[in-house]
Amino acid sequence: MTAANKRAPPAFYTTVFGVTAAAIVAFLVVGALIVAGLVWQTNRVLIEQVLQTLAAEAQVLRATETSDGIEALKRAIDARVELPGPSLYYLEDTSSTKLAGNLSRLPPELASGTGGGVFSYSQRGGASEADRLAAGLPVRLNGGGLLIVARDIEDQRALATRIRLLALAGLGCLGLGGLGLGLVIGRSVLRRVDSMRKASRAIMAGNLEQRLPRTHTGDELDRLAESFNAMLNRIEQLMHGLREVSDNIAHDLKTPLNRLRNRAETTLRDATTIKELQEGLGQAIEAADDIIKTFDSLLLIARLEAGAVSATLEDVDVGAVVRDVVELYEPVAEEAHLLLTCEVADDVVVRANRRLVGQAVANLIDNAIKYANRRSKGVANGDEPSVGNVRVSVVARHGGVRINVSDDGPGIDAKDRQRAIERFVRLEKSRTAPGTGLGLSLVAAVARLHGGSIRLEDNSPGLRAVLDLPAGP
Amino acid sequence: MTGLFYPPEGKTKTMRVLIIEDDNEAAHFLVKALKESGHSAEFAEDGETGLELAREGGFDVLIVDRMLPKLDGLSLIKKLREEGKQTPVLVLSALGAVDDRIKGLKAGGDDYLTKPYAYAELLARVEALSRRTVPEEQMTRYAVGDLVLDRLSHRVTRAGEVIQLQPREYRLLEYLMKHAGQVVTRTMLLENVWDYHFDPQTNVIDVHVSRLRSKIDKGFERPLLHTVRGAGYVIRDGGE
Repeated sequence: MTAANKRAPPAFYTTVFGVTAAAIVAFLVVGALIVAGLVWQTNRVLIEQVLQTLAAEAQVLRATETSDGIEALKRAIDARVELPGPSLYYLEDTSSTKLAGNLSRLPPELASGTGGGVFSYSQRGGASEADRLAAGLPVRLNGGGLLIVARDIEDQRALATRIRLLALAGLGCLGLGGLGLGLVIGRSVLRRVDSMRKASRAIMAGNLEQRLPRTHTGDELDRLAESFNAMLNRIEQLMHGLREVSDNIAHDLKTPLNRLRNRAETTLRDATTIKELQEGLGQAIEAADDIIKTFDSLLLIARLEAGAVSATLEDVDVGAVVRDVVELYEPVAEEAHLLLTCEVADDVVVRANRRLVGQAVANLIDNAIKYANRRSKGVANGDEPSVGNVRVSVVARHGGVRINVSDDGPGIDAKDRQRAIERFVRLEKSRTAPGTGLGLSLVAAVARLHGGSIRLEDNSPGLRAVLDLPAGP
Repeated sequence: MTGLFYPPEGKTKTMRVLIIEDDNEAAHFLVKALKESGHSAEFAEDGETGLELAREGGFDVLIVDRMLPKLDGLSLIKKLREEGKQTPVLVLSALGAVDDRIKGLKAGGDDYLTKPYAYAELLARVEALSRRTVPEEQMTRYAVGDLVLDRLSHRVTRAGEVIQLQPREYRLLEYLMKHAGQVVTRTMLLENVWDYHFDPQTNVIDVHVSRLRSKIDKGFERPLLHTVRGAGYVIRDGGE
């Protein structure tokens, strides 16, 4: 764990804040463009209007000059200058000598005498040239002089500036507010993500009971936490199963390994003759064979569980397979004073792996013989007629097949039945029985691989194993 | 003690075996064991050397590990078969699942044995394989001592007396007699007489064999069907 991981990163680094900031920047840029456009457009329209008014006034003044001469115009302008207001005038004759007007000099922007425009002027003249702004219209007089009719638009400019400032301030506030909000949201998200992170670290450290904190508000983070918790539940369940499996495997392999070691040790310590040595080594090899058998079964179950053997399906006449297995076990049943009977429907064909189905049926019959046997041993003393029964039947069912194997032994308690077929589980009671004890686990794995199922039922008395295989997986 | 491994039977011919196996210890163990059993053995550590040696010929049986450096076991067998070499091959593998066995046999292997194996099992299979080169199938009559099996009439007699056998018992005896003098393991019986390639938890085969034994040996002075400890069964005249 690095130092950066230990300390929670500031809210600036959250996605929420980043997205908010980016959105605000984009918003501000667009906002500024709109404000600038508006201001520019407004200015233009206003100046246009001013120029139109000026044009009307210039028309009147020009008419005065045309009819009454330049002196009359000069008087008219002098009179207008006396009036308070924003109007500005400048009149010069053909020799560019100022005749009248309140403008101190001819604005150079309008000197050409064509087209109106904006210019700056100084009110009292001299001090500051670009003091105020005005819009003006030059008029060529019939007598050759030049008249400038203008209007001060400084107030208008001040208004535009104020609007601009206000808009900028507004955008600024908006930006800051947005960033602040982003920060706050980011921080709250960060807090929740942090607590999730903490929880997940605890889980990683091995505390599988830990769950992500939930707000139960049903928002996206909460829903995420919910599904993560569901996932954790499943993982915990699987881990639990796995732990049990490895415990069972350890037990199933260590017990015979221990036996092997004990035999080898005993032989090494006690054997004095070659015959005894051979005997001891023979026993050790037998123990090793047991281990190999168990290991093979474990491996096969594991591979079946992983679905690794699915490629070898063929049409299997289940009746024939079961009959063969029954035939194989008949002498064994007889020796154990059991009656092994078999009722088989003909022509029940399913897509399956012949070898695995055979193995599954063999395991079921093997089990039935083992347990039916136990009880009858006490009752049937040698020559007495058989008392135990093992019945096998095969019936077609829903296009698939059902194989029943039942015995009349002690059976399995209802509460243990489900556990008995769980993978790698061996009931305590059966752990001391001969064989690997993985028979039912293997049957269950075969059933699962074929998309079928295995169920243990009460045969009253005894146990009935019901193996269902579908027509095809 | 004549050797760690059961001594060669007088009837079993001496074989030349090539072991292609990259596990040095396992290979040396096999070479030593096969020699003690009266056969001669050589070994190659990788697939390419193994293929070279096998091409030169003169071997009765090849024992080929599936996972080999340079050239894997199955490709090696395929190449040999493509070149028309029919030397029987026993495939050794740590992979024992259903598919792997089939793959091994499809590639041209004649038998498949999963590690870890019992040496007795391996020897029995190798000996059975070497017999394959002899046109055994054409024999119509097997005889061990005074026990005679007629493959045409399916009649079994001992000292001239007819013995009644169930069909499966007949096939069991036929297989044992076909390999007379050779040890036959329980797995081999399961695979060849019952065509089962799985492990029937309890020793079902023992019961079948003891039934057969009671039919052919009971009441006769010289037993013919013997149990070989840690290995399997052998049918032979003489011995203990």
